[in-house]
Formats: sequence, structure tokens, C-alpha cells
Amino acid sequence: MGMTITEKILAAHAGADRVEPGQLVNVKVDLALGNDITAPVAIREFEKIGVETVWDRDRVVLVPDHFVPNKDIKSAEQALQLKQFARKHNLTYYYEVGRMGIEHCLLPEQGLVGPGDLVIGADSHTCTYGGLGAFSTGVGSTDLAAAMALGETWLKVPESIKFVYRGELPRWVGGKDLILYTIGQIGVDGALYMAMEFTGPVIERLSMDGRLTMANMAVEAGAKNGIVPPDEVTRRYVEGRAKRPYQFYQSDPDAHYARVYDFDVSKLEPQVAFPHLPENARPVSEAGEVTIDQVVIGSCTNGRLEDLRQAASVLRGHKVNDNVRLIVIPGTQQVYMDALREGLVEVFIEAGAAVSTPTCGPCLGGYMGILAKGERCLATTNRNFVGRMGHPESEVYLAGPAVAAASAVLGRIAGPWEVVK
Amino acid sequence: MIYRGKAWKFGADVDTDAIIPARYLNTSDPAELAKHCMEDADPEFPAKVQPGDIIVAGKNFGCGSSREHAPIAIKAAGVSCVIAKSFARIFYRNAFNIGLPIFESPEAAEGIREGDEVAVDAGRGVIQNLTRGEEYRATPVPEFMQQIIAAGGLINYVARRVKSGK
Ligand code: SF4
Repeated sequence: MGMTITEKILAAHAGADRVEPGQLVNVKVDLALGNDITAPVAIREFEKIGVETVWDRDRVVLVPDHFVPNKDIKSAEQALQLKQFARKHNLTYYYEVGRMGIEHCLLPEQGLVGPGDLVIGADSHTCTYGGLGAFSTGVGSTDLAAAMALGETWLKVPESIKFVYRGELPRWVGGKDLILYTIGQIGVDGALYMAMEFTGPVIERLSMDGRLTMANMAVEAGAKNGIVPPDEVTRRYVEGRAKRPYQFYQSDPDAHYARVYDFDVSKLEPQVAFPHLPENARPVSEAGEVTIDQVVIGSCTNGRLEDLRQAASVLRGHKVNDNVRLIVIPGTQQVYMDALREGLVEVFIEAGAAVSTPTCGPCLGGYMGILAKGERCLATTNRNFVGRMGHPESEVYLAGPAVAAASAVLGRIAGPWEVVK
Repeated sequence: MIYRGKAWKFGADVDTDAIIPARYLNTSDPAELAKHCMEDADPEFPAKVQPGDIIVAGKNFGCGSSREHAPIAIKAAGVSCVIAKSFARIFYRNAFNIGLPIFESPEAAEGIREGDEVAVDAGRGVIQNLTRGEEYRATPVPEFMQQIIAAGGLINYVARRVKSGK
């Protein structure tokens, strides 16, 4: 029997001809990632192992992004630990404020991950790089510490679920809507321990930004990884960008899948996930009258250039509603610069938005847009758990950039067609 | 190893933000984290949990972020082990890696009520409900993970490997 793309990448990194779902394998990792929340714990554990230095200074990447620019003294101390560790071990890829970005926007953009890679990161959204045709998954700090020392980790080979998307995507519907709809169909543990393979004509036509958005939220369905078969879109994205050689893997036609879902998305509407789980997705036209206090456009899910372009295309010539704070956070300095050069930042500021330097900030309820008791936010982020963006009695609704922009203008959850006539 | 204590029940899909909200993640000090353990699910929990108590929850416990602060907070709060219908995968790994015993058992998650006295025999994978006189089975732990536990967590396991040059 054939193998899936996920199985092939794991086999290649385990030095085996084939692997089977359920098998525990020891694999070489191509890259190991930590951030300002998870790396301090990893560094503490790393120092107990008894090795002099990290296994490869080009392959341990540290990105302070959650609470930086430092929000308080304790955060500053955490970020400082990253910097000191990076200097001590002479790490090639440590990103200081002013040159950084949200890790999962930054690594693909900088060419640090490529198709066929096996990447682990002490951050659950490490699964984002599946958009490039890589195997990548989130782990905890202790796993990161072990990988920093050994360049290896152990993994259980996941079963795969195949998702086939057919039809023509309607206007305003993108990767975020596809993944919210999918999670709505299968639930927040619908792919527990499994690989989600996103395929079909709709995915083949989807941009790299849209693919990264989809793979990003695989973890919201409980998955180990999300993955998109690499193709011409992938090649165009990685050419001239990838810092290491890469390899395209494809699933065999007779590969085994635990389940296959076939979705015709020609009539799909932009989706909104209601509090307090990402699986509470519904079409925006069925949202009803939900007034909002804040809109956040950014995060590792939707902080890329295409997202900002879409938001600006709705906001252009409009004003943010009097009752709403709109916070726009470009995912990386490069995205910020591109948005500036294209005039998008001007559109945001003219509309009455606050535009921030790249940071996770409000996405995890860190800072830069925390919600008061009873406040409601519509965000392009990925989680709407209780208290995720502030007070335990605040609410977060998830959507794509077009709905977010339209909602900011109208002060309630709204479809983009209500603003752009 | 036997873990014995009073059960605290939680529902399905308890996420890592409920276990330890991000507003406390500017520290990784276990004692600090313990003060806010399960706070957004039950604000009283840190005050009422007693050493040895057991968390019993529904499916997908620990979903969400990869923060190891979540199992660390639970362990530091004095909870002896967690029983759930199922665990989110990163939480599952993290719990083993830091040495928080966890047991997957749909029967136990159904059968145990808040306040029941529970004893878990880790070696045999048997969970006893002393209050109701019921017994449930836990899903066996893979051999490799048992080795990690036996070594006292992943870091000790790796440190031994490094020392022996393997
Ligand atoms: S943007 Fe949000 S989800 Fe993404 S890495 Fe940052 S905190 Fe996590």
C-alpha cells in the first residue's frame, strides 16, 4: 500500500523506507523553534541535559513575539533569556524587536522552512508550515529542549484524514473560511492526533497565504499537523527564498486515509466562529445582530500581506464605527513595509485604526487590546476560548479579514458586501 | 504507584487558557502558576484543591496552546493525576515529559462524580471509585512513554542517553 505525504516525510526523517500510523519513530528535525513564553522553560531544561551547546546553531530558531516589545518587567526578563541564550550559543536566527515578526508568519517568509522539512516548535501553531508541504507540529518546552540538544525527537505516526475541496470559491471567501467551516464540520477534536491533508481543485488555486492560514488552524481540530501537497504555487513561493534545499513529497494514489471528506464550497459564505470554541462556525448571514467593541486584524492566522490587502479593500473610503476600536497588526516587519509601500497602512489609519508593530499581543490576551468584562471582539485570530483576549466574561468571534473589516465599519458582525457595494 | 484523592470534575474541551490564562505566562515559576490553576474554569479551584486531589474531565482535555505551564500549574497545585475521556495531543506529551501522571479512561470520566474518593493504580491501569465501589480501566500507556516516566521525565531520559553516548 502507498503512503501519505505525512508518512513519507516522517519515514525520510526516521531513515526508514516506510512507516505505519501508530508507530513511534525517532526522527531528525530540520528546525526547532521557541518563543518568549516557551523558550525560557526550554532553556532551563536544556541546561540540565549536560551538553555544551545546541546541536546546530543554524537550526535552533528563537523568536520573541508574544509579549514583545516587552509589555512589563517579567516579560522583559523572559525575552532577555532568549537573547542571552542566542548570544551564548551563537544562534544564526534570533530575531530582535524591529526585525522580528510573529514566528509563524516570519519563518516561511524568511525561507527558514521549506517543503519536505520536519519542523517542531514549542508553539501549537507550528503546524502552519504544512501550507508549504512540510511536516510541522507543536510540542512543549521540554520536547524543544531535547531537540535543541539532540536534533531529534520522537513522534507517533498519525493517521491521515483527507479533505477534498471542490467548486469555485465565491468572492470574499478564503482560506480562513474554509478552515473554520471544516472545523465546524468535524469539531475541535475531529482530527485528534491525526494529520489533516488539504487537497482538491480549490486548494490548488489557493494562494500560499491562504494555505498557511488553513494549516495554521489544524491544531484547532486537535490535529498533529495540517498539510497541503506542494505544487507550482509552492515552487513560486520558495524559489529564491528557501535557505536550505527542499523536497516535494506527494501522497500515493493508494495511500490509506482514516476518513475522506468531500466538500463542494461553491456556495460557501464567509464564516464566523462564535464563542467559545472554534467549532461554533456559521455563515456570516446567520450571525444575527451582534454588536462589537473591538476588531483585531492580524496574528499568525491572518497577519500576512494578502490578509491586509483584503481588509484594506473593504475599509478604503470608510470609517471605523464610533463604538469600535480597530487594531491592525502586520505579521512581520516585511509585511508592514509592503503594506506601507502599497498604501494599505494609510487606508487603515485614515479609517481610524491603530496599526501596531508585529506582535502576538491581543491574540493570546497578552497586551495591546485586552477586553474588559462584557466586551466583544471580532478577530482574525484562531482561538475564542473563555478569557482568551482578556476578561473571562469577554467574548471573541473568529472570522477572516473581509468580515473583520466590514464589522469594524458597521459596529456589528457584518458581511463585506454590506460595506463594499 | 497509587494516586489517591478527591475528584474535581470538569467538562469537555477544557483548554489551556482555562488551565492557566496567558495573562500569567510572563513567569514560569511553578508556585506562581499554581496560584492560578484552572482559574478561568473555576475561580475557586486554587483555594479549594488539596494535595493528592484528582482532576476528572471530559474529552480533549488540555486543547489549545503548547504551553507546558498548563501541566506544570496542575502539578504544582498538588493535583496527583488527571483522568479524562481523551487528551489533546500536545498536553498529553507535555504531561509525560514533566512527570504529571495522566490517564485516559472514558468509563472513569463518565462514572466518577465530583467529590468521589478515587484511587488510581498506575502500574495496573486500574481506577477505583472508592465512594461508589466501581472500577474502571485506563488505556494502556505505550512502552516508550513508560520508559520516560521510569526515568523521571524526558530530560532525565535524554541526559542519560547523552551521558552514555548513545
Ligand atoms: S499570533 Fe496568537 S496563535 Fe499565533 S503564535 Fe501568537 S499567540 Fe499564538
